[in-house]
Amino acid sequence: MSRPDVLVDADWVEAHLGEPGIVLVEVDEDTSAYDKGHIPSAVKIDWKKDLQDPVRRDFVDKTGFEALLSERGIGNDDTVVLYGGNNNWFAAYAYWYFKLYGHHKVQLLDGGRKKWELDSRELTRDVPDRARTSYTAAEQDSSLRALRDEVLAAVGKRNLVDVRSPDEFTGRLLAPAHLPQEQAQRAGHIPTARNVPWSKAANEDGTFKSDDDLRTLYAAEAGLDFGKDTIAYCRIGERSAHTWFVLHELLDLANVKNYDGSWTEYGSLVGVPIELGEGR
Amino acid sequence: MSADGCGAPAGGVPVPATAAGDQAVVEGRVVHDGAPVAAGYARLLGTGDEFVAEVPLGGDGGFRFFAAPGSWTLRVLAPGGLRAERTVVAGYGQVTKVDVTV
Repeated sequence: MSRPDVLVDADWVEAHLGEPGIVLVEVDEDTSAYDKGHIPSAVKIDWKKDLQDPVRRDFVDKTGFEALLSERGIGNDDTVVLYGGNNNWFAAYAYWYFKLYGHHKVQLLDGGRKKWELDSRELTRDVPDRARTSYTAAEQDSSLRALRDEVLAAVGKRNLVDVRSPDEFTGRLLAPAHLPQEQAQRAGHIPTARNVPWSKAANEDGTFKSDDDLRTLYAAEAGLDFGKDTIAYCRIGERSAHTWFVLHELLDLANVKNYDGSWTEYGSLVGVPIELGEGR
Repeated sequence: MSADGCGAPAGGVPVPATAAGDQAVVEGRVVHDGAPVAAGYARLLGTGDEFVAEVPLGGDGGFRFFAAPGSWTLRVLAPGGLRAERTVVAGYGQVTKVDVTV
């Protein structure tokens, strides 16, 4: 994949609004953002209600994903353009999720909702009426997702990229600073992980930095060995989906996985090694 | 908001009245020409301009962060190229108020 295959800009989206075969999808955790105004013709997906199993800590299963996309009027042949708030964290998570279930014609709107808003582009409250489809998903592609045993086995062997802020990495904060710091799990990071905050890959308006800047960031500055397999993690797996997108989709590195269990799982495991402080 | 969510709601997560409890709260409102800026973003930066968090402004131009004790930079971005920056000092059990005019 290359940048034009996976990323579209706001001008492109404006020029293709309402075009058959292209479905705009806003993905947020707090869907009140969509309800207060969204890009014309966009449908919404709720990161928590629609994409997470209501009982187990896991994704909705294949049948559930098929039901969701069918209900939203998304067909197997549609090109899905995802965007959202929080600098596209949840849209990047949904991108990874769509890939996991085998939907290949998917792109991110560079800069997401923030860039669109800062450009003062049109937002509407009109909800589109899309005809129901009969969507068929593939089985989950396990080459994109890391589970905890694989992460433990990767300590000291693969690239582990902790994409949280430096204050979360060192243990000063337990959550991003827009949330109360009430979490009970241990602070710190997975030993041997390098801290490359997701935000370093993005410009202030939420767009991604250039490929050259990204290569410099991860290889020259953070010391990632591009010849090794890589696992990215954060707190719950959406910021690390943003970094997964950068490494796997923009920089085209092979064997990059997102660990969606992330620190809420790892930092609550009994008996696993934890490193505090700056790391390496 | 809880461990199963990580998003930043517009205006930030509410706290009861102005009770900070054991949190180091930084909050305020953004105004332009005397009116609240509802479409914009507040971001909190740490040492060396390191990004820490960002929230979309609430309908009243409000924002709120849960920081740690120490000095932080608050930066506001809004449509039309409006931006402003303030230095804030937070402490546990305190609500540090920062009102910003852009």
